[in-house]
Amino acid sequence: MTTIKTVGVAGAGTMGAGIAIVAARAGFKTIVFDARQEALDRARGQTEAFLKKSEERGKLPAGAAAAAMSRWEGTTALDDLASCDIIIEAIFEDLAVKHQLFGQLNEVCPPDTIFASNTSTISITEIAGGSGRPDRFVGMHFCLPAQLMKLIEMSPGLATSEGTFQTAWAFAEAMGQKPVATQDTPGFILNYFLIPFNNDAIRLVEQGVAEPADIDTAIKTALGYPMGPLELLDLVGMDTQKLLCEAMHGLTHEPRAACPPLVRRMIAAKRLGKKTGKGFHTYGDTKMFGA
Amino acid sequence: MRYEIVKAGESRSFPTSHPFLEQAGPHGEGLFYLGTDAGSAFGNGEGHESRSFVAIELGTECLGSHTGEHRGEEGSNVVGFARFRLGDADPSPLVELVRQPGTHPAAIEAARAVFQAAGLVVAVCNDFPGRIVDRLIRPYFNAALRRLDEKLASADDLDKTLCLGLGYPEGPISLLERTGLAHHFRVTQALHEALGQEPYAPARRARVAAEREERVKRGLP
Repeated sequence: MTTIKTVGVAGAGTMGAGIAIVAARAGFKTIVFDARQEALDRARGQTEAFLKKSEERGKLPAGAAAAAMSRWEGTTALDDLASCDIIIEAIFEDLAVKHQLFGQLNEVCPPDTIFASNTSTISITEIAGGSGRPDRFVGMHFCLPAQLMKLIEMSPGLATSEGTFQTAWAFAEAMGQKPVATQDTPGFILNYFLIPFNNDAIRLVEQGVAEPADIDTAIKTALGYPMGPLELLDLVGMDTQKLLCEAMHGLTHEPRAACPPLVRRMIAAKRLGKKTGKGFHTYGDTKMFGA
Repeated sequence: MRYEIVKAGESRSFPTSHPFLEQAGPHGEGLFYLGTDAGSAFGNGEGHESRSFVAIELGTECLGSHTGEHRGEEGSNVVGFARFRLGDADPSPLVELVRQPGTHPAAIEAARAVFQAAGLVVAVCNDFPGRIVDRLIRPYFNAALRRLDEKLASADDLDKTLCLGLGYPEGPISLLERTGLAHHFRVTQALHEALGQEPYAPARRARVAAEREERVKRGLP
């Protein structure tokens, strides 16, 4: 049972839009903040299209899409988040910018509003330290695409109160998600394992161990994984993998997390993956998953 | 293509009946050496040059340890192979087919065709320790075991996260416990020795499992 009624989402990019879909679809009044009106317009359009398609496919009952949209509200005014019981931040991975945002939110919101961050790499404790309410701060890392993936990695910071963590956990379950508890360490669980694993696959290509198609075939056949690591990297994009590596390696200094030179060469050659039609594999179209 | 099989010890790739075994004949253009002593049997064998291909079942060793290497140009009609198998689990449908720089393409294709005709899936790789799958998954398994020790999350939550987040059918902790941590220790120990890279060093939990297995074998409490 959750006490949360109104949800704020700060940032209307891909992750923020997806998180807002999850909240609105689950029956919560959802206020999406972004300083850029065009980002809000795009998020609203994507949300409408996604919910409509879900209804057409029978994944939502008739009328559910319109009901969810009636709970979805976009705003460029930070003050509009004052009525939220929880605010989930989903802006880009920059500690100083996150501190600035939460500092402003701390001025606007009542003391009992819980702050959450969807960060995938930055320490929850560090972000919470600049929020003005480190005891009412929690990590809630959704997976991409948030509107389809059930997992949320829930991380308490060092100062997070047990009550805050339990309230956020109950809220995650009330949204129909599947929370898992993890320590506040770089990459939490998923990215801690995935980024080096994908880098290892890239290094097999670099070292001439096997061709990309053989590597993907081997991993899928041997372990039953739905995608090979290089197919997944083509979806993630080399540019994103480089950013993830830089964030992870900068924090952990683990050699496996360091960006392989081949990634930089592929970026220079515009072989970013599916979005440019060529990465480790070649694609006939550039449509992304879920589009 | 007709092929024959020379058995030399227990085969990890084909421990029980399989179409690949059943389709073999007393004579053939292709020749497979199967079992833990496949390499030795190959070394004692004759007439290899006249075959379309000769395939040696590999353990953790490289094909070059049986055929020799020279200036990075080695290779002939001899290939290596291993059906991927995790510990005590049944062998997977994957056959890793190993080539050297100068391996004849026709030999690779002929061996591939035989495995595929038996319903197996083939991935070709060059002659490196760990081939593809062990090379990729062993550091990941080691990291999972280490992070479990460091209490990143519970074993169930580690597995659940990787299954929910990436669609894996089974998480690493459950998979290793089901198939044998001691086997993981032996594979990683061999890879660590061959590659000299820290991520392959056996994780503590795998070492403990191997020590425990040894004590039980020796009848110690």
